[in-house]
Amino acid sequence: MTANQAISTKQLTLSYGDTTIINELDLEIPKGEITVFIGGNGCGKSTLLRSIARLLKPKSGAVLLDGEAIARLSTKDVARKMAILPQSPSAPEGLTVLQLVKQGRYPYQTWLKQWTAEDEEKVNNALEATGLMKLKDRAVDSLSGGQRQRAWIAMTLAQDTDTILLDEPTTYLDMTHQIEILDLLFELNEKEQRTIVMVLHDLNLACRYAHNVVAIKDQKIYAQGKPEVVINCSLVKNVFEMECEVTIDPLFGTPLCIPYGKGRCILKQERLSRNG
Amino acid sequence: MLLKSNVQKWCGLLFAAILLLLLMCVSIVYGYTDTTWKMAVDAFTAFDGSNEHLIIQSVRLPRALIAAAVGASLAIAGVLLQTITKNPLAAPEIFGINAGAGFAVVVTVTLFSLSNLQIFTWISFLGAAVSFILVYIIGSIGRDGLTPMKLTLAGAAMSAMFASMTQGFLVINETALEQVLFWLAGSVAGRKLETLLSVLPYLIAGWGLALLISNKLNVLSMGEDVAKGLGLKTGMLKIWSGVIIVLLSGGAVAVAGPIAFIGIVIPHLTRAVVGIDHRWVIPFSALFGGILLLIADTASRFIIMPQEVPVGVMTAVIGTPFFVYIARKGFNK
Repeated sequence: MTANQAISTKQLTLSYGDTTIINELDLEIPKGEITVFIGGNGCGKSTLLRSIARLLKPKSGAVLLDGEAIARLSTKDVARKMAILPQSPSAPEGLTVLQLVKQGRYPYQTWLKQWTAEDEEKVNNALEATGLMKLKDRAVDSLSGGQRQRAWIAMTLAQDTDTILLDEPTTYLDMTHQIEILDLLFELNEKEQRTIVMVLHDLNLACRYAHNVVAIKDQKIYAQGKPEVVINCSLVKNVFEMECEVTIDPLFGTPLCIPYGKGRCILKQERLSRNG
Repeated sequence: MLLKSNVQKWCGLLFAAILLLLLMCVSIVYGYTDTTWKMAVDAFTAFDGSNEHLIIQSVRLPRALIAAAVGASLAIAGVLLQTITKNPLAAPEIFGINAGAGFAVVVTVTLFSLSNLQIFTWISFLGAAVSFILVYIIGSIGRDGLTPMKLTLAGAAMSAMFASMTQGFLVINETALEQVLFWLAGSVAGRKLETLLSVLPYLIAGWGLALLISNKLNVLSMGEDVAKGLGLKTGMLKIWSGVIIVLLSGGAVAVAGPIAFIGIVIPHLTRAVVGIDHRWVIPFSALFGGILLLIADTASRFIIMPQEVPVGVMTAVIGTPFFVYIARKGFNK
């Protein structure tokens, strides 16, 4: 265990009832990088993220945060080191953006110390970073999908943790807002070296934004590493059970996966002739 | 949200408190026996043993205090239940808590002819606790855990069961029927001050604890996962809330019988006035609950004079249309 690991798991086994989801997993998540979990539906990537965030109790094994077993730390101590944004969270009706972001300071509050200048500053920074200053008095449920997700991210930022976990932060967002959210997270990582761990469905976006991808298959890690090293046709075939070509993103140079399948192929003639 | 700034909210709270006191005075002065404001003052400063003074001291005063305390307690219990179950229709009566407490009391009265107040209170707490726990467990059975719909169904089932069993006991024992029927309909009339005093410590504890956990309830209302992620011990908070709910609704039922709809209507009304911050919602709904029950109780004396309508019937008349409104609005999401 070196200081370069933000989070690691030791022999982690997760299950729902008798169904094992993750089996004796050893994983190390590097500090200061963006790590993305990928895998097919139901492979356990969200379950793994939830377990790292202590939302799900492991059947056996342990999650270590900065080298300490998470189960041994007080839950408020954990909340000062690691924030989690669950999948499609819902705010109570009428909650304003400011009220939402302020809740991020809950781990720092005690009976005696309710609200401090530092809390105020962190909340303002979070609103600033997510560009929500002007919308702070609006109700969260009146915002567009992208703005709403930014408000939730602002809450996790106000939590002022080195590590942020996000479970499918781009679900239900259109392409523009997906990029907007991922750009925001990328900037946070670049500027403040926050460790970001998230589950993403879009493999190509994962390749673009992640320093490190973890592909999960059959209760285990199938592969882990830089996308340009680990993402290839055979990985996609084995992890997603899909035939594809992997080429290079013409804008970013990161791997770009193009699935085979049916559809309106206007290159058919050409490909047929190439394959003989 | 009607009151936006903190200054407005403090003023609102003060205004509601004054209104509550005023309504208590109105409740003391107006009723079947003609009394005047002067008589009411005299009854406490220059008691002369007259019939009016006696009524004011031993009938009207306890009645006003009980209405305020019971209304406040049921309203807070409703706020807590709606928050921890994320169910806009949750309230002590929907959860079968009132019916459970009522059943426990009826069983005790019919089988053991108990009239000791202290025991009466404990029996009511016990009934409230048992039905709350039962509904919670039944509502949590199954794969997807606790859902608002399953909770409501479990509550309806338990309510129906306790109500039928109560009726069964009363059919068997007709003398008990006389004793408990008025109590069962829910009423704050004809109770002695001692009845209130025997539960008051538990009610006050419930009010205080509810205020203490109000900030944590705000965190919980963001959803279980978010709350856990923020370092809130959600399980502990729910247990504490359950204890408070049982103290408040069990205590209220012991005094006044099962009075419905305060616990549903008031939390929604309060949120419309002060928003969703529980640090404001809890004190405001306590005052509003007291105010509503005082109004309903005072009005109940004048509708079919010289007879009185049980106040539980009054709150039901006010509450039913409201319940339908929330049901239409609440489950849309």
